[in-house]
Amino acid sequence: MLSTAALLANNPPDQLLPARELMAFTLASHILLVPFGVALPSITLLMHHRALRRNDAVALTLARRWSAVMAVQFAIGVVTGTVLSFELGLLWPGMMGRWGDVFGLGFGVEAWAFFLEAVLIAIYLYGWRRLKPWTHFWLAVPLPLAALMGAFGIIAANSWMNTPQGFSLDAHGNPVHVDVRQAVFTPIFGPEYWHFVVAMFLTAGYLVAGVYAVGWLRGRRDRYHRLGFTLPFTVAAILTPVQFMLGDSAARAVFHKQPVKFAATEIVWKTDTHVPEYMFGRLNSDGTISGGLKIPQLDSILAGFKPSTRVTGLTSVPAADRPTAVQATIAHWAFDIMVTIGSVLILLALWYAWSWWRHRDLPRSRWFFRCAAVAGVACLVTVECGWITTEVGRQPWIVYNHMRVSEAVTSTRAGSLWAMLGIVVVVYVAVFGAFLAVVLKMRTRWRIADEGSAATRAALPPETDTPYGPRSEPDPAAAGAAPGGGSDHTPGGAS
Amino acid sequence: MADLIAWVMVLAIAAYACAGGTDYGAGFWDLVAGGAERGKRPRWLIDHAMAPVWEVNNVWLIFVLVIMWTGFPTMFQAVFSAMWLPLALAAIGLVLRGAGFALRMPARRLAQRRIYGAMFAVSSLLTPFFLGAVLGGIASGRVEVGTTAAADAWANGTSVLAGLLAVAATAFLGAVFLCSDARRFGADDLVDYFRVRALLAFAVVAVLALIGLPVTHSDARYVWEGLTGGLGLLLVLLAAVCGLATVLLLLRRSFGWSRCTSVASVALTVGAWGFAQRPYVLPTSLTVAEAAGAAHTLRWLVIVTVVAIVLVGPAVVLLYRLDTMGELEELTDADTGAAGAPGDNL
Repeated sequence: MLSTAALLANNPPDQLLPARELMAFTLASHILLVPFGVALPSITLLMHHRALRRNDAVALTLARRWSAVMAVQFAIGVVTGTVLSFELGLLWPGMMGRWGDVFGLGFGVEAWAFFLEAVLIAIYLYGWRRLKPWTHFWLAVPLPLAALMGAFGIIAANSWMNTPQGFSLDAHGNPVHVDVRQAVFTPIFGPEYWHFVVAMFLTAGYLVAGVYAVGWLRGRRDRYHRLGFTLPFTVAAILTPVQFMLGDSAARAVFHKQPVKFAATEIVWKTDTHVPEYMFGRLNSDGTISGGLKIPQLDSILAGFKPSTRVTGLTSVPAADRPTAVQATIAHWAFDIMVTIGSVLILLALWYAWSWWRHRDLPRSRWFFRCAAVAGVACLVTVECGWITTEVGRQPWIVYNHMRVSEAVTSTRAGSLWAMLGIVVVVYVAVFGAFLAVVLKMRTRWRIADEGSAATRAALPPETDTPYGPRSEPDPAAAGAAPGGGSDHTPGGAS
Repeated sequence: MADLIAWVMVLAIAAYACAGGTDYGAGFWDLVAGGAERGKRPRWLIDHAMAPVWEVNNVWLIFVLVIMWTGFPTMFQAVFSAMWLPLALAAIGLVLRGAGFALRMPARRLAQRRIYGAMFAVSSLLTPFFLGAVLGGIASGRVEVGTTAAADAWANGTSVLAGLLAVAATAFLGAVFLCSDARRFGADDLVDYFRVRALLAFAVVAVLALIGLPVTHSDARYVWEGLTGGLGLLLVLLAAVCGLATVLLLLRRSFGWSRCTSVASVALTVGAWGFAQRPYVLPTSLTVAEAAGAAHTLRWLVIVTVVAIVLVGPAVVLLYRLDTMGELEELTDADTGAAGAPGDNL
């Protein structure tokens, strides 16, 4: 009751809710594509390297097909990302106006890194046909670095919002004496950055592998599916325990640097020692907790390795300066879902490792592949959850302890914002739906071609075509599979 | 230092106007290329010419925004508050445009291509209009710190004219580049097709510029005077000379050089606007010095920019070079081993 009353007293402007929903919706949509933008090039390059090194035609086909998907995915990522930079101004002009020169430089780094990434990816995606094989490969090698640099910029900006520093305030509350280095490398930056980057690789790895796990379950157990599964899954499986450690240290960093956020994610009401851990459960506005699984002492132990660790509670700050009970519950659930999925993924990775260690082979169980098939989607859920935890846990602040979300919001009328939200939802649903349809269609085409070529392979001599280089005539296998189907873009051709 | 950053911003806007403008122009010609049958060849050329470079061309916009909010936060706040609707519509236009273009490429059905193509082409027309209208509103002094969103800020003579001028200039750039792309791809019939359109677009630009003289005279007084005197005038004249040179080169079918002169004319026009607006970022209420962010940040912004130019510059040059040498082609169905699916009709 207390926090609700305080919020009502503060009288948040009408446009706060639609602005928040719009930002949340567009960011939640964009973040689904980020794992691919950051990590898919690297995974594709690994496959590409294998193809070149061992002259492996199957690996080359996989790398090319991933490139074809990347071409569409990257484009959608570019435009949905551009929308976010517009929204910083359209929705939160108050934040950019006052703090833009303090923390904006991270975005500057990101903009240039992204520029480099866009250039390199264009060369990579369109270089398959005419560049020399190894030249093509090496031109793309800086891509992962550019992607990491771009993530650096974005996470620097976000972690500054969580633990702002690198300035002092004058009499009017305006920032002066800006120190850029301090503003970029804020206390939470390191943990947040590595946790994020590894999450991106993990998610992309599991998702790509999941596609081939589905094929495997449907009985397509050829080398193509085996390789398409093994490489990305191995990357993800190796990173899973790493991510567990990083996530753990990130949570502890939040405990030290943003105690109130930690209290929200663990629904700790009063500052105390010997604090129990709640798995799920709901925080009521009077501080009681309904439901959930209570494990005595555990929260203190997790935070400081001993039961006597003192954990700051939500009530340590006035109600107006902390997340509401509902917000805390949201952050708590998001956090718990993320941790649960992460723990289950560790078991999956262990299963995989065990199988390699014992049999030098993939696990034989269908249940393994069923789990692997959904691991990617589960990872996307954790990405959303991690982001919800950090953003909702920071409420009501947009710049932690320095600016409230309600102070940053635009003065545009709420009606316009709601209308814009409606339009954006329609546009995004259409665009993402079409994107998914296009990718699924590509998959169907490839499957038809593969099934056709498997059927005709007996009749054809073994691979005579050079895997690389411009092709003046249509691929015999593809043409054999679908007469007149594969429309080739030749200059002046009908397309 | 603030002046330097302001000029970096003007340069970035000029780069976006040229690179992004060429893309928007291609989209414009896609829009007016006619029905599926008649427009098949020009659309084919537009697809192939734009595909490798359009994303890079659009990243300039992000860079403009970043410089704006890091270097001139108060100006950023004022512009995005006052120009809310056109900027929001431009953002949606950007999504539809990019998604439409990217999704059209792998589509193999006519009906799908029509929808995605329409998304791409219509938003290629609207986005530059709204962005131009925003610049027009700023130039005519309608944005001040604290101005709230209102239609007047962008629905006025100067803004509409600036929007139309932006559309016409992009169409001009697009057609000039497509001329040389047509030659590069060996589509000789399209060379003349786009040559006529480039000349037409230039005529429209010239007419709009002449109409603009009386329309903006009293409405955007400060910028008008800046453009008709001193360095502003010099750059405007140079831009006009470059524009006319483009016409001559087009008539003489010298397409390599016509690209340079057309880009120069657009870039010089943006530069002239930069000179005309000095010392204001928002005429005539906010100067560069008043809007500038913290000095320490500006110094770092310069460092980041220099480092980035060293890193990104060669990569961009390589991309454009590979592209003009015809080294960049998209993967075909044969390369990825794709077959036709039931229902394909292209």
